[in-house]
Amino acid sequence: MDEIQQILNSMMSSATGPQTAAVAIAVIGLNIHFGYTGLLNIGQSAFMLLGAYGFAITIKEGIPALGIEPLGFAALVAGVIVGMGLAFIFALILGVPTLKLRGDYLAIVTISAAEIVRYIGRSVGYETLFGLTGGAQGIPGSQYRAPFTDLSPLGNGNSTLLEFNYTDVADGAVWVRLVGWVIGIAIIAAIVHVARGRAGLTGTPKRVAIAGLSVLALVVLLFLAPVNNQNTGVNGWFVTIVAWCVAAISTVVVLFLVKSPWGRALRGVREDEDAMRSLGKNVFAIKMQALVIGGLFGAVGGMLYVLPATVQPDSMGRSLTFFCYTALLLGGAATIWGPILGSIIFFAGRIMIIGISNTYFDGFMSSQESSQFAFIVVGVVLMLLVIFRPQGILGDKRELRFNV
Amino acid sequence: MSRHAAHGRTVGRGVTGLILGLLVTPLVMLLGTTSAYADDEGDTPAAASCLPKPDEVGCISGTLGSRADPIADADVTLTKPDGTTETQTTGDDGKFSFTITEDGEYLVGVDPETLPDGFEVRPPPANLRGPDGELKVQATVGGLRAANLEIRSADYDPSTSNWEEISQSGFNGLRLGLLLALASVGLSLIYGTTGLSNFAHAEQVTLGGMLAYLFVNQQGMPLLVGGLLVLVLCGFTGWFQDRVLWQPLRRRGLGLTQMMIVTIGLSLAIQYGYQFFVGSRTVRVIVDNPTVTSFGPITTTNQSLAAMVISAVVLAGVGFALLRTRIGRATRAVSDNPALAQASGIDTDKVIRLVWTVAMALAGLSGILYALVTNGIKWDTGLQILLLLFAAVTLGGLGTAFGALVGSLVIGFVVEMSPLLPFVPGDFKYAAALLILIVVLLVRPQGLLGKAQRVG
Repeated sequence: MDEIQQILNSMMSSATGPQTAAVAIAVIGLNIHFGYTGLLNIGQSAFMLLGAYGFAITIKEGIPALGIEPLGFAALVAGVIVGMGLAFIFALILGVPTLKLRGDYLAIVTISAAEIVRYIGRSVGYETLFGLTGGAQGIPGSQYRAPFTDLSPLGNGNSTLLEFNYTDVADGAVWVRLVGWVIGIAIIAAIVHVARGRAGLTGTPKRVAIAGLSVLALVVLLFLAPVNNQNTGVNGWFVTIVAWCVAAISTVVVLFLVKSPWGRALRGVREDEDAMRSLGKNVFAIKMQALVIGGLFGAVGGMLYVLPATVQPDSMGRSLTFFCYTALLLGGAATIWGPILGSIIFFAGRIMIIGISNTYFDGFMSSQESSQFAFIVVGVVLMLLVIFRPQGILGDKRELRFNV
Repeated sequence: MSRHAAHGRTVGRGVTGLILGLLVTPLVMLLGTTSAYADDEGDTPAAASCLPKPDEVGCISGTLGSRADPIADADVTLTKPDGTTETQTTGDDGKFSFTITEDGEYLVGVDPETLPDGFEVRPPPANLRGPDGELKVQATVGGLRAANLEIRSADYDPSTSNWEEISQSGFNGLRLGLLLALASVGLSLIYGTTGLSNFAHAEQVTLGGMLAYLFVNQQGMPLLVGGLLVLVLCGFTGWFQDRVLWQPLRRRGLGLTQMMIVTIGLSLAIQYGYQFFVGSRTVRVIVDNPTVTSFGPITTTNQSLAAMVISAVVLAGVGFALLRTRIGRATRAVSDNPALAQASGIDTDKVIRLVWTVAMALAGLSGILYALVTNGIKWDTGLQILLLLFAAVTLGGLGTAFGALVGSLVIGFVVEMSPLLPFVPGDFKYAAALLILIVVLLVRPQGLLGKAQRVG
C-alpha cells in the first residue's frame, strides 16, 4: 500500500511539475508544426536547447554592450528575447533550404541540426564557447536562476496542495484511499462518457460539464496524492505556477491562431499544398511562419525546462524530441488541449513505469536500467500509437491522413 | 470493411511479433553478456569505492580520459581546504576517488609528468580554476561530487608534417567513406523502392557491431564465422521487419509521414534496448592491439586494410548485381517508378522484401567493420552515423544507389579532413556534414546523381 502511495505521489508531482509544463509548451509548438501544418520537425529539442542557452547565458553574462548587468531583471528580460531570437534564426536556417522541397528533407535536416546543436553545446574546441556553455556538464541552474526566483511573491517555506488530503480522514486508512481511487476513476469515466456525447449534452452545457468534472477530478487526485513543494526553491511552487500559466497562455494563443484565417491556411497546406498554391497562397511563407512560431514556443518551453534544472546538452537531445512526439500523439495532434493532456499523461505514465519496475522488479533491473526500460516502452508506444491510434485521445482521425 | 479489419489484425500480429522479437533478441544477447557484467558499472562513480554516508564522509571522484580510453597511472592530487594534500594514482579504468570528511572547497589537479606523452589537462573554466590550474570542487559531507578533469591531446606533435597529416586524414576519410557507403546504399535503396526515410537504419549498423561483439568477443567464435553469422542474422532482421511491420503497414495504406514516425519510435526502442542489455560502455569485437602497417606517410592497421578491401568488393558486387542481373534491374525499375514496374509484371513486394534484407545485411557488415577499425561500438554510435548517412544519401541524390556511394565517399573525406583546417576543432567535424547537407539542398536538391526533377 505504501509503495503504491509512493508511486502515486511521484506520478502526481511529475504530472504537475514545471518541467512537464515546459515540455507541454514545446509540444504546443510541435503541434503547430506537425499537427496543423504537417511539417515533420524532428528537432524540437534543438529549439528548446537554443532557447535555454540564450536565456541562461544572457542572464549569467549580461550584455555589457547594452549596459545590462548580469543576474538582474533586465538580464532576465534580455535572456528571454535572446533565447527566442536564437530559435528564430535557427528556424530560418532550417526552413530556407527545406521548405520548398518534399517533407522528408525537413525531417532529415532538423534531426541532423538538432544533433549538431548538441555537439556544439558540448564542444570543448573553442575556449570562449566552452566558457559560455560549460561543455557537456552544462550551466548549473544556480548561475542563472536568481533573477527569476527574486521575483517570487510567495516567500519561503513549504506548501502542500491539497492541504486537506487523505491523511486527514481516518488517519489515511486503506479504505479511505480505496474509496478515493474508485471515486477518481468514476469521475474520469464520467468525463469520457460526456466527451463522447453519450450523456446527451451538446454545446455549452457539454463544455461546462467537462470543465467542472475535470476540476473535480483534479481535486480528488490531489486529495489522494498531495504534492508538497517549497514555495520559491529550485523546483518550487513559483516556477510551477509560472510554467503552467505560460502553458495556459500558449494554449489560448494557439486557439486564436488556428481559428483565424491564417490557421485555416495552415490546415490547407497540410491537406493539399497544390490546391493552396492554385488559390494564390504563398505556401513557402505560410510554412516558414508556422516553423518560426512553433520554434518560438519550443524556445520558451526550453527556458522553463531548465529553470528548475541545468542547461545540459545531453539531457535535451533526440530523446526529448521523441518525448514531445509521443506526448503530442498521445493527447491528439491538431487539437487544442491535446499537447497539455498528452504531456501530463506521458510524464505521469513514464514515472509510473519507472516506479513499478523499481519497486516490483527490483531484482530484475537496477534503477538505471528501469529508466532505460522506460525509454524502450516510449519507443514502442510511439510506434503503436501511430499505427493503431494516430488521432490519440482527443484527435480526429480524418485530420491526420496527410502525407509528405 | 472486413478486408480492412483483416489488415488490422495482420498489423496487430506483425507488431506483436516485432515487439516479441525486440524483447527476445536482446534477451539472448543478455545471456551471452552476463559474464561481462561485472566490469560494466561504468556509470557508478568511485570505483575505488568511496561511498558517501550522511554526516560522516563525502566523496570526490572522477575518471581521467574517456570511458572507452581511460588514462591509467596518472597521479591525481587533492588539496584540502586546510592546505594538506593527498595523491592517488589512477587504475586501469582511469578512475580516482577521494574520501573527505569536511565540507569546503577542494582543489583537484593532475601531475602533468605522469600523463602519457602528448596529453595535457585542459584548463578548467575561469570560475572553477584554482591557483595552479587545478579544478575547484565544492564538496559536502554525505554527498558525491564529480571532478571532471578533461584530458586532451597536446597540440604539438613534432613527428608529423603537414603533408603526412593530410595523407593520413585522406586515408581515414576513404576508410570512413567506404564503411558509410555500405550502409547508405541500403538506405538509399529502401528510400527508392518504398519512399521511406528509415531513421532506424543506423541502429542496424550498431546491431552489426553489437552482434559481432557477442559472437566473437563473448562466445569466442572465429572472426570469419562470427562475421558471417552476423551478416545472416542482420539480413534476417531486415526480412523479418519487412514481413511483420513494413509490408502490413504499406498494405494498410499508412502514410509515409506516419511510417517515418514509426521508424523513429523503432530507433528509440532499439537504441535503449542496447543500453539496457549491453550497457552504456563501448564494446570491442577484438580486444588485442592490432598489427600496424605503414606505407609512406600513412600508418594503418591490417584490420583497416582488410575492412576497406571487403567494403570495396561488396560494394562492387552490389553495383554489378544492380546493373547486370535481372533482380537488380527489377530493383532499379521499382526504384524508378513502382507503379509502372508493377504494371510490367514485376513483383514489387518481393523486390522490396529483398531490398530490406540486403540493406540490413549491408548495414550489419558496415557495423562489424566499423567496430573493428574504430575503438569499438556503443549503444548510441548510430546517432552519429545516422547524420552522416543522411548527408551522404542526400548529397548523392535520395534513392540512387550509386549516388549514395559517391556521397558517402565525399562525406567520409570531409568529416576526416575538416579538423585539418586550423579553425575547426575536432569535435566540430560532424557539423561539416550538416553544412554540406544544407548547401546541397539549397543548390542542387536532387543531389549529385539525382535526376533534375521537381522534388517539392
